[in-house]
Amino acid sequence: MEVQQIDQLYGNYVPVLIATIFGFVLVLSALIGSRLLAPFSEEREKGTTYECGMLPIRRASTNVGVRFYLYAILFLIFDVETVFIFPWALSFVDIGVQAYWAMVVFIGILAAGLGYAWKKGALQWR
Amino acid sequence: MNYDLFGLELNVWVDALIRVLLIVGFMTVSVMGLIYIERKILARFQRRLGPTRTGPMGLLQSLADALKLIGKEDLRPKSADPWTFEFAPYVVFIPVFLGFVIVPFLFGWQVRVIELGLLYFVATSSVNIVGWVMAGWGSDNRYAMIGGMRAAAQGISYELPLVLALLAVAMIASSLNLQEIVSAQGRVPFVVWQPLAFFIFFVAALAEMNRPPFDIPIGESEVVGGPFVEYSGFRWSVFFLAEYAALFILSAIGAAVFLGGWAWPLGEELGRGWQLILMSAKTGMLIFLVFWVRASVPRLRIDQLMGYSWKVLLPLALAQVLVNGAVLVYDWPKQVLLVTGVMGLLALFWVTERAVRQPRTRPAMTIAQSEAAS
Repeated sequence: MEVQQIDQLYGNYVPVLIATIFGFVLVLSALIGSRLLAPFSEEREKGTTYECGMLPIRRASTNVGVRFYLYAILFLIFDVETVFIFPWALSFVDIGVQAYWAMVVFIGILAAGLGYAWKKGALQWR
Repeated sequence: MNYDLFGLELNVWVDALIRVLLIVGFMTVSVMGLIYIERKILARFQRRLGPTRTGPMGLLQSLADALKLIGKEDLRPKSADPWTFEFAPYVVFIPVFLGFVIVPFLFGWQVRVIELGLLYFVATSSVNIVGWVMAGWGSDNRYAMIGGMRAAAQGISYELPLVLALLAVAMIASSLNLQEIVSAQGRVPFVVWQPLAFFIFFVAALAEMNRPPFDIPIGESEVVGGPFVEYSGFRWSVFFLAEYAALFILSAIGAAVFLGGWAWPLGEELGRGWQLILMSAKTGMLIFLVFWVRASVPRLRIDQLMGYSWKVLLPLALAQVLVNGAVLVYDWPKQVLLVTGVMGLLALFWVTERAVRQPRTRPAMTIAQSEAAS
């Protein structure tokens, strides 16, 4: 029984591996085809950054707006929460009422956190 | 362990190889078809004809475009980060392509029935956000950088409502297996019991695909194409291959999860022909809806976009999960789901309508300016 289950699990994820390889090969072969067919010039102007006529000063990736990080932190919290909800969602009916109320409390605490972030203006794009 | 494919008994590896090859062919054809259909439909919405010259009724337009793109020069800016820049298209495309493994085309027609199908889908599909950030970061261009950051912010914000909406349905079906979810719908599809979850799923899916009106990361009038500014030739078109493949996958999964897939309304004991007609009609309807929204809704501003996800969709999705839990635990009648779902939907429409009628005062700096300044 156990051997069969492991066999099935393995059988299920073999296509995932093959699809990963195929996805890679698909893009790679198209790009190689493009490299063979397309013209290629060593012209210096073509290697410059796309901007409004002049060359940019400093690298573009030096500074990024801080609000992006705020959303990323909030996302991290709620993403972990959804990971917790996944196993709960499939089994709470069998466990019974206390599992449901435990999740209500859990989501309630997170909702309070969301409300606090909202009130503090972390959700407001400025 | 052997697998049965068209009546042949095959080894795991051979079977998987053939199925994935079939998917590759199907994906290429369907992406080309979708691009052609989108151009035709958008043209109709704008009282134009769309492509007409290449082949009968312009049918070969996508093929001609693909050939043209392969023949175009593949440029890379001198200052770009070579590895990040060159690998971004792979990281965008492969996760989307992995989604095809669980798409339930017809009964018994999919690559594999994975027990944790929905979890697998949300886990793999969200990886492509990394690819968008890589494209933005690697290009060493300010437009690309802002576009990539916007793509990340939008992608992670709408990930949550999308997952919670799918989870609400999985609770009722008490399974993450897509085949079981389709079978669990019986005579009434889940869109009836979960109208709010369906709406949240649809909106969040639009945002995840960066389709208009949520195409802020690639907004031409603000960041001139966002992460793809520096891309050209076929490397550029890989992003669009991924976008249209994602469009098909999300529509097919939406059709299976919310609209009853191949089974509803004719029941499960159907021939392949009927299943094919039902499934393609439902998937096609969702795809048409996506094109329709693109043709009629203007692009959002980024503050509206983030606010809509965090202040409207996320609380409603959490409430939907809790309501479903209560109904299932206390064995309340299913009609409660319908009533609460419709009430939630009305509340959502009311909030949206109010926000549209009384827009916030415009910020002193435009959004793009403040992003560049910080």
